Amino acid sequence: MSFLGGGIFSGMAVTLRNFVGSYFDPDRLTTNDYSWRPEGQLPQSAGEYPREEGEQLSDTTTVTNYSRNFPMLLHDGGDNPMDAIRCVACQICERECPPQCIYIEKDYDENGKFIKRPAVFDIDISVCMGCQICVEVCPFDSIVMNSQFELSTPNRFDGLLLHRGDLLKSNDYYHRIHPEEAKARDQRMAVEKAAKEAKKKAAAEAAKKKAEEKARAEAEAKAQEETGDKEEEAQ
Amino acid sequence: MSELSHEPLLKEFPDACWDEAAGAVIVPEGRARVMAEWLLMQGVDYCSNVTGVDYLEAEVKEKITNDAGEEETVTRTEPGRIDVVYHLYSMRDQTGPLVLKQRTGRENAQAESLTPVWRSCELQEREVFDLFGVDFKGHPDQRRILMWDEYEEHPMRKDYTEPFDYEWEPTPHDEILEKHKKGKVIV
Amino acid sequence: MVAPNYELIAQDGLETSLLEVSMGPHHPSTHGVFRMDVKLDGETVVDLKPVFGYLHRNHEKLAENMSYLANMPFTDRLDYFNSMTNNWAYALAAEGLVEIEVPERAEYLRVIMAELTRLVNHVSLVGFFVNDLGALGTPLMYAFREREKILDLFEEASGARMMCNYFRFGGLRCDVPAGWLDRAREVVDQFPEFLDEYEKLLCENEIILSRTQGIGTLSRELAINAGITGPMLRASGVAYDLRKVDAYGIYDRFQFRVPYGEVGDCYDRFMVRMLEMRESVQILRQALDGIPEGEIMGKAPRVFKPKPAEVYGRVEGPKGELGFYLIADGTPKPYRYRVRPPSLINLTVLRDMCLGQKIADAVVILGSIDIVLGEVDR
Repeated sequence: MSFLGGGIFSGMAVTLRNFVGSYFDPDRLTTNDYSWRPEGQLPQSAGEYPREEGEQLSDTTTVTNYSRNFPMLLHDGGDNPMDAIRCVACQICERECPPQCIYIEKDYDENGKFIKRPAVFDIDISVCMGCQICVEVCPFDSIVMNSQFELSTPNRFDGLLLHRGDLLKSNDYYHRIHPEEAKARDQRMAVEKAAKEAKKKAAAEAAKKKAEEKARAEAEAKAQEETGDKEEEAQ
Repeated sequence: MSELSHEPLLKEFPDACWDEAAGAVIVPEGRARVMAEWLLMQGVDYCSNVTGVDYLEAEVKEKITNDAGEEETVTRTEPGRIDVVYHLYSMRDQTGPLVLKQRTGRENAQAESLTPVWRSCELQEREVFDLFGVDFKGHPDQRRILMWDEYEEHPMRKDYTEPFDYEWEPTPHDEILEKHKKGKVIV
Repeated sequence: MVAPNYELIAQDGLETSLLEVSMGPHHPSTHGVFRMDVKLDGETVVDLKPVFGYLHRNHEKLAENMSYLANMPFTDRLDYFNSMTNNWAYALAAEGLVEIEVPERAEYLRVIMAELTRLVNHVSLVGFFVNDLGALGTPLMYAFREREKILDLFEEASGARMMCNYFRFGGLRCDVPAGWLDRAREVVDQFPEFLDEYEKLLCENEIILSRTQGIGTLSRELAINAGITGPMLRASGVAYDLRKVDAYGIYDRFQFRVPYGEVGDCYDRFMVRMLEMRESVQILRQALDGIPEGEIMGKAPRVFKPKPAEVYGRVEGPKGELGFYLIADGTPKPYRYRVRPPSLINLTVLRDMCLGQKIADAVVILGSIDIVLGEVDR
């Protein structure tokens, strides 16, 4: 525009267009209106799950299917979650965690033998960065990322240290908050399990075949001896 | 990007040596400014990165052939040193990098400042002074840049120990740290 | 610009003294905890001393105690607006220590993420720049509307909006979900309309023109000598872009132009960033068209323990040349880990540009340099 103030004028026209247009076109809203997200999802509530013992967290509200916040331990369902917990306390995640926020103690039975589960599994969420490296290095698919963000607590010291009971969630809950990732993980675990079974079966078959061959060879040798004896007797 | 060759530099200044393992030109004492000005005239006009590296005194095992003609392994003590590393590029010819290293001892660490040649060294040499303790001769404004002015130590040195933390507060994280200090962990 | 002549002041007969103001660490316009000690003669800046170190976390020393993979989430937090670019610079440097081949699809996705990050950064910068000038929030909110869409894309790909931790040595952490590429294409296709609207809103605005043209001029020779890189260098007339010079990754396959300015004042820096956003949209379109199917991770060693070597890997970050200097010594932890911060080095010339200008211009000049304190202080 050529007159003085023309640039400002055309700028104001843009603002006016945005202002009036925001009543009609959701794209012009500057506040986050969720209509941009896939299927217009609002933050969904993924609560209503059996509360674990000693849990101090409130019902979850998750944001999207992909967001991550702090880790959680998985168990495969059942009445007693500790029976089906996947973690075997190998302590790999404790070593690899960059800010060193995981604290694990192994569980031993009465004889002092190591049972494959953690007695203590603490994550200090005032330190945890949510970087997801513990999930990557776990060989047993037992720690994954939760997306729960309502973790505020009035106690600054103990409230921010999550214990095993708070972290233990079921695989169904994992499917509810991260459906694609959980499905991919389950598929991969099934494929690996099938491969392991096939390998075990092949090894068992090979061993069986070897045993059969050995038995046959022994029987042949014994039969040869007998014919040799018979020949000697005939002579 | 094509390479910036170090051969012309070594021909012009025969007392500099070429470290093959590091791919760098080691600058002899007191010659850094002269070499830098010569490089600037050749068109090396952009100093990208200035940093320091601290090496403690270490024992190095080497295989040499002794007088009897056999191979034996000897240990010698490599003295500690601080390297000041410069990565140089040429924007005019779009070549690079050329790496220069100034070497100095750990006590009384001194080096020549290349700030009058390349202005980009100004803040980075201040950082090397602050964190490593290397005194740059000829730097126009040498003072601490990241730590506060009254601070006495040099944090990036390898033998730096953290000071007593008078602002400590108990957090659950401390139990975890204690546990890691006891065991051998690779993080 | 020359500092005023003190003799003139004395001749007038008025006894004046210089006013020393600390534009202190708590300031809404200094883009973080950054302090400028300015000495003012009336309203003219006579001396300026930048003070930083308020956000110093000694990232370089922390990195010497952690393995190479564990350093990756900390690189997100250096320049917290562009976490993907920081990740790429570190991955590039570490891949230079070990011979790893990155698969095609991972290379394309890396370029897509880096260019989306460039859009995010320039859009935020342009919004904050105009905010500093006094347009109290409206253009900033329009810019952030676009930024939100891109952050949603990052969240779907990596799980987090800003601290993505997405790059690994040899590729990426995981593949993008189904439909992500279509959603990315939608975002990219509607970006030029936003840019047109933004230009109409701002680029002929007389207030912006008079407040940014001729302010903070940086000459070409000083820019090269002071090691300035990024849009600030290109605004001063040097067409040096690492995407063309080094051609790291697969940037040599894309056709794009490198915009550069003539004068080197604040308006040029602002316009260079607007034009760079358009070029990024071009690169994104080409990358989204050409991305193949395939693997995401190359063959990386299980424990990353490189042989003793040194490497300096650099990328064209949105703020300048971001370089990582790594010295490996055969252990799983780096011996020396150095970040070359573009924001810190671009601040070398702050004093030169601000001398003789008014105090209000100092804020504008600082905004046009585009610093983020996480990178300046590390």
